[in-house]
Amino acid sequence: MTLEELHQLAEKERGRQQAFTNRVLVCSSTGCIACNSGMTRDGFITAIKEHDLENEIEVVGTGCMGLCALGPLALIEGDGRLYRNVDGSVASAIVARHIVGGEVVDDNMLDTDDPFFASQMKIVLEHCGRIDPGRIEEYIAVGGYSALAKAITEMKPEEVIEEIRKSGLRGRGGAGYPTGLKWDVSRKAPGDQKYVICNGDEGDPGAYMDRNVLESDPHRVLEGMAIAAYAVGANQGYIYTRAEYPLAIERLKVAIKQAEKHGLLGNRIFESHFNFRIDMRIGAGAFVCGEETALLRSIKGRRGRPRPRPPYPSENGLFGAPTVINNVETLANIAPIIDRSGAWFAGIGTPNSTGTKIFALTGKIEHTGLIEVPMGIPLREIIFDIGGGTPDGTEFKAVQTGGPSGGCVPKEHLDLPVDYESLKAVGSMMGSGGMIVMDSDSEMVDVAKFFMEFCVEESCGKCIPCRVGTRHLHLLLEKITRGEATADDVALLEELCIMVKETSLCGLGQSAPNPVLSTLRFFREEYDELLKPVLGYEPSKPEADPS
Amino acid sequence: MPILTFAMNGHQVSGHDDETLLQIARQHGIHIPTLCHLDGLSDIGACRLCLVEIEGQDKLVAACVTKPQEGMSVHTDTERLQRYRRTIVELLASEGNHQCAVCVVNEHCQLQDLAYAVELQYVRFPYLYPKRTLDATHKDFVMDRNRCVLCSRCIRVCHEVEGAHTWDTAGRSFHCTIMADMDQPWGTAASCTSCGKCVWVCPTGALFEKGQTVAEMEKHRDFLKYIVTARRTGEWIAEEEEGE
Amino acid sequence: MKPRVASVWLSGCSGCHMSFLDLDERLIELADMAELVYSPFVDIKHFPRDVDVALVEGAVSNVENEEMAHIIRRNSKFVLSFGDCATTGNISAMRNQFSAGEIVRRSYVELADDASVLPLEPTSIAQLMPSAVPLHAIIKVDAFLHGCPPSPDQIWFALSELMAGRIPDLPTAYLKYG
Ligand SMILES: Cc1cc2nc3c(=O)[nH]c(=O)nc-3n(C[C@H](O)[C@H](O)[C@H](O)COP(=O)(O)O)c2cc1C
Ligand code: SF4
Ligand code: SF4
Ligand code: SF4
Ligand code: FES
Repeated sequence: MTLEELHQLAEKERGRQQAFTNRVLVCSSTGCIACNSGMTRDGFITAIKEHDLENEIEVVGTGCMGLCALGPLALIEGDGRLYRNVDGSVASAIVARHIVGGEVVDDNMLDTDDPFFASQMKIVLEHCGRIDPGRIEEYIAVGGYSALAKAITEMKPEEVIEEIRKSGLRGRGGAGYPTGLKWDVSRKAPGDQKYVICNGDEGDPGAYMDRNVLESDPHRVLEGMAIAAYAVGANQGYIYTRAEYPLAIERLKVAIKQAEKHGLLGNRIFESHFNFRIDMRIGAGAFVCGEETALLRSIKGRRGRPRPRPPYPSENGLFGAPTVINNVETLANIAPIIDRSGAWFAGIGTPNSTGTKIFALTGKIEHTGLIEVPMGIPLREIIFDIGGGTPDGTEFKAVQTGGPSGGCVPKEHLDLPVDYESLKAVGSMMGSGGMIVMDSDSEMVDVAKFFMEFCVEESCGKCIPCRVGTRHLHLLLEKITRGEATADDVALLEELCIMVKETSLCGLGQSAPNPVLSTLRFFREEYDELLKPVLGYEPSKPEADPS
Repeated sequence: MPILTFAMNGHQVSGHDDETLLQIARQHGIHIPTLCHLDGLSDIGACRLCLVEIEGQDKLVAACVTKPQEGMSVHTDTERLQRYRRTIVELLASEGNHQCAVCVVNEHCQLQDLAYAVELQYVRFPYLYPKRTLDATHKDFVMDRNRCVLCSRCIRVCHEVEGAHTWDTAGRSFHCTIMADMDQPWGTAASCTSCGKCVWVCPTGALFEKGQTVAEMEKHRDFLKYIVTARRTGEWIAEEEEGE
Repeated sequence: MKPRVASVWLSGCSGCHMSFLDLDERLIELADMAELVYSPFVDIKHFPRDVDVALVEGAVSNVENEEMAHIIRRNSKFVLSFGDCATTGNISAMRNQFSAGEIVRRSYVELADDASVLPLEPTSIAQLMPSAVPLHAIIKVDAFLHGCPPSPDQIWFALSELMAGRIPDLPTAYLKYG
């Protein structure tokens, strides 16, 4: 494919879409499929047939629209009205009253001026819920693959890296390592063979940002990978995702085929000397396989166990070759940066945490779902404006960020700007973007115990502090919640937390104690309430000796 | 090969840039405890006993997998490291079913040696008493998983030196066990050549020879030095490490 | 007044006490230094008050042991875990891979020579705890004498130091597992 052909294809698809007077977009991602959005789609199609509008109205299955709690969602593209809880009968009502009759169906309409929508800023998710992820033409029609074309035809690899460096983009997989720097190391590392890997393992409980991007806009990730490959000089890529994500896998497979067919992956991309292929690797769903060195072993078909770093994968990775490993969301940020410039991206967010971040809002919150917000936004705005606060009049207590590796942020820190450094300063972390909201009914020791149980099960078992230490941490937490522990046990808990954190081999063990440490920091009184006094001994009364 | 100079416990030491901190420490008579490391096998940095401190760096590093840097200052035996090492031994003691009094390698056991080294008086954590299996199906040897500390030395020697790869790890977290071939009785594992190397490198009484009783078995691990040197130099000698 | 010494036999094989007896002629010396106020060796029914040093052999394995452990702690200034079963659970804790029910069935039914009856009478045997645990899991212990059994020399060292009013430096002087 040439640049010219790409433009033609985009033009043609736009023309095709404009031939319809209106389009009905129905969310067909996992969240809404679980609420039976298949019926919704059928409902629309049937109703449209009944009104003889097949040639005027197109029904499109799209990716996620974000407000998963109120699914199935449907969007009328013409006037941008969004409907919630659309079952078959609501679908036919929408066709009859809104599309044909021109009046909205009030009962199911969502107010898109609501802060949930208005406070968000969509870069990564800009096409999610707007295009059919199963058709590459739709992606191309909204400007897809033009960044790749630009990179290959107009920029040197060094310039691509420089642009990413200027953007300030940091890895969205948890650690926040500067992406430009990582690419630069791989580019400069000696070796003819290099790899680009997309980390779509996403194992922390409550997080589904990456699944959503892969399901809703797979080409965006492929394009990001191709640009990365061009920048570092790789000709082979792998997408690693888990078997629990069947829909994402299916859509990625389709997307890779389509991209290959259009010459956007494969040999001589955009008539250049750049060749790049992508293969899928499916993991069996171990949290630790998201750790990059474990992931490398898993790709090779070996046991997913981390190894000590250095050497870092960017120098010595897959099969010993320099390998760039980036998170799904990181890669989905690449195309817009190349399209619009690093300076534009750097202008969003805060100086050290640029761009936007997707969060999965779950727990005791009115609007559960996926949101994308500029970095640095106050936590309060996320919880109360976008999230709608806690339900049923309970009081907000804390929010857990970073999942099992992170910590809780209590209400006294509600004005904290959400960026890498601020979260770290209060003992939590950005993590991959899970946000679990706790209200006054939540018991913080239970929360810590829940995450510890997760880490116990997910520890790969290689190193002693994590394999055995997390087990004892969990036992201690159980003892505390059973009301059998004393202050000595809490002291031991704390000591072991720090030991496990400082001595474990990989990030799993090193961060597993975080939820305990942060609940101890902010909610120590909840631990204290559960303790029994240390036994004091009075000598036996002589007559009372029963032995 | 460049030679680097740096400080270890305040003394100036020097070593090649491809040597590990552990090797250099040993050449200079500085003892760092180890368990998963064994001269002649690859290093995996798993037991965390050899962690050392580097001045100006928060993260502790495993001496067995860390290369030196010019001018760095390493501490191998700080109060914090001693505390962590003791806890690691405590964790190991609580994890398996270790009854020294009835063990074939009593008094010749590297887990005991570690416990002596940290002067372990008692274990603060509850003993876990996992249900583990004993496999006596091999004609010459026994695998008693109750005493296994999951150091993976058996796996590595069988894979790297013998080339049989009979052993591997099954399961995750505390369900980890060492399995033969496709998790079958050792005696039926077709890959095993009965060379006995795994038995000799095992630090505890998990792997032992049949016919040995309590405290009878001493493990000789010298053979590894011969094999590894022979591979490299073509000579059947044991290259001693300098300074030992 | 001579220091008051007690020795107690919880769930162990009595090997530690046998080793104690192996002090041989040093027992006479000990008799000069200390007063033995409670022990399997002497016929005293109740654990007395105001004990200076208590040597406790065996793991804590049943409710009776547990009760005894608390009595010992209440009435003793210095409690010494005496031998590996008291310090680690050791052999007495090998049963912990099985449930208490399985253990009782195995001992009283499966392995019984003739009359195989479960000891259901509440008074016939003390009820087993779910698992046998070392003494320090139940009460605070002041020092640990390792060994299965501890050698007479170890015992002598610990006792003579204690009788002289010193805390024995067992970790450096005599550390021996198994
Ligand atoms: C236990 C553990 C699990 C991880 N899971 C993931 C994951 O699911 N997805 C991911 O992108 N990164 C995960 N990471 C981080 C990766 O190791 C790696 O840092 C990341 O993929 C790098 O990409 P980035 O620079 O784009 O963030 C995990 C790390 C650890 C320690
Ligand atoms: S920290 Fe946990 S997950 Fe990581 S290597 Fe150690 S045992 Fe495995
Ligand atoms: S005896 Fe030899 S071949 Fe068999 S498992 Fe052990 S090391 Fe491997
Ligand atoms: S059997 Fe022995 S050598 Fe193998 S992992 Fe267990 S302790 Fe280590
Ligand atoms: S010897 Fe270095 S980690 Fe085990």
